[in-house]
Amino acid sequence: MYTTELGKQPNVKPIGPAEDPALLEAFEARVAADEFIEPKDWMPEAYRRTLVRQISQHAHSEIVGMLPEGNWITRAPSLRRKQILLAKVQDEAGHGLYLYCAAETLGTSREEMIEALHSGKAKYSTIFNYPTLTWADIAAIGWLVDGAAIMNQVPLQRTSYGPYARAMVRVCKEESFHQRQGYEAMTELANGTAAQKRMAQDAFNRWWWPSLMMFGPPDENSPNTAQSMRWRIKRDTNDELRQKFVDITVPQAEYLGLTVPDSALKWNDDKGGYDFGEVDWDEFYAVVRGEGPVARERMTARREAWEQGAWVREAAAAHEAKRRKRAAA
Amino acid sequence: MPSLPPIRPEDEAVAEKVRLHGAFDAPAELPHDPARTEYLLRLGDDALILGQRLSEWCGHAPSVEVDLSLANLSLDLIGQATLFLGEAGDADQLAFKRDVLDFRNCWLVEQPNGDFARTMVRHLLFSTWQHLLYQRLSASTDPAIAGIAAKGAKEIAYHRELAAEWVVRLGDGTEESRARTLDGLGWCWRFVPELFEVDEQLADAIARGIAADPREIEPEWRSSIGAVLGEATLEVPADTRPILGGRRGHHSEHLGHLLAIMQYLPRTYPDANW
Repeated sequence: MYTTELGKQPNVKPIGPAEDPALLEAFEARVAADEFIEPKDWMPEAYRRTLVRQISQHAHSEIVGMLPEGNWITRAPSLRRKQILLAKVQDEAGHGLYLYCAAETLGTSREEMIEALHSGKAKYSTIFNYPTLTWADIAAIGWLVDGAAIMNQVPLQRTSYGPYARAMVRVCKEESFHQRQGYEAMTELANGTAAQKRMAQDAFNRWWWPSLMMFGPPDENSPNTAQSMRWRIKRDTNDELRQKFVDITVPQAEYLGLTVPDSALKWNDDKGGYDFGEVDWDEFYAVVRGEGPVARERMTARREAWEQGAWVREAAAAHEAKRRKRAAA
Repeated sequence: MPSLPPIRPEDEAVAEKVRLHGAFDAPAELPHDPARTEYLLRLGDDALILGQRLSEWCGHAPSVEVDLSLANLSLDLIGQATLFLGEAGDADQLAFKRDVLDFRNCWLVEQPNGDFARTMVRHLLFSTWQHLLYQRLSASTDPAIAGIAAKGAKEIAYHRELAAEWVVRLGDGTEESRARTLDGLGWCWRFVPELFEVDEQLADAIARGIAADPREIEPEWRSSIGAVLGEATLEVPADTRPILGGRRGHHSEHLGHLLAIMQYLPRTYPDANW
């Protein structure tokens, strides 16, 4: 569904003596010329590490992101909504799969990445550690969370690492359907009965701020942004994207008759955008540390699915081995 | 689990009486061709309930690849259900506003998923039946049923293949997977006879060429299942006394819980559109 840089510490270590300055210079020149870097090309170790972390975080976010919405598949209120939601959550699984594959081209196996997720070493988007309480949460996630995801991911279609950029092209096409279905579901609720309107506003209140957090920490507190931008792993700063999201989303909320839960929100003619209140960064960092309201539930569900599926994966491998042995005999 | 007594006409009369007094939601507008509607409900409810069951796996499957496949199966089935129920009346009303006594699916599809082995065994038994049936139904005298079945048969061919591959892998995998597959087979096999049951309603629809006669596909079903189980190094279980009733609204205890979850929103907010 989306990714952001969640680390607070600069992750770019000084280039070691093993890295040939001529290779490095050639690499930097290719990236600056907007060429794609491919798996077999030489790349600095820090570039590789940053990408593995970012792409695997992104993949984990897709997979963990199936859970909050999956929570409503069995309770979707019409056959059409059930099909849409199931197809959408299935897309997330597909995104997870291409992203794991893209990360594997950098020399890290899927098992290692999943292990890092389950041990808590790898992060995933903070947004999925909030619960989905009503059907309106599903509408809000599509509209806001996928909306923010698109804004983060569209620039990644031009990211410097080829496999990641190509995965993003496909992901972005699907995300735009995700956002549209969310806004459509929200429109139905916002124009519905009093109970539906209440659900809609309540979900909007709860998902607005976590959606703004999806763009990551403020620029002054995002130590890796400059390096990632130079390497074209990232193409816009967190604050630029956040501002763009607010400017686009506020009129959409007004159209639905929903109130943005921010008393500081005000149009600013000079900047041609909205001024808005301060995101609660303490909450953001707490959720990054794993203190989100349903973080434990999310990780438990993932670990259980993996552990309870172990015998299936072992059986598939054992059968394949038997089959090969028979074929060879 | 003892088998159910056969349904007597007086039971149906009681059910009808209770229904008229509003203990259960009356089905949408009673149709002018009850045998056809009844048949559409059986086809639609089988697909809907199994689709709902499979969707419970979403996000919890043994691997991302399996998650993707199970969601595909579920989507196909819910799509087929939408079409069949749409022919019977208002598909959403039928899916979300009937209670157990008005559901016409077989017992097999409403069984809880259990572990992945049971889910795959259930899917093998059902999709093999469904595939053979849909192939016949594509020659139904009812053009709507023929059309939906012809489209569905293409989708179900993949379900059948996928389920067969998994049953073979699990049966002929490890000791554990074999034991689990046998357990799933034991769980599901009790519900096989119902797939081939022909009651009066169905006999009428078969006579008119609307429905396919499931008894005609039974030999092929048995030989196909036998072949898959053989490859999986598993024995075909012995037949047990039939457990029947689903086609007339008498289900296992599991269906009520499934409906309570599935129907919760439209039931709680009866005036709302979604």
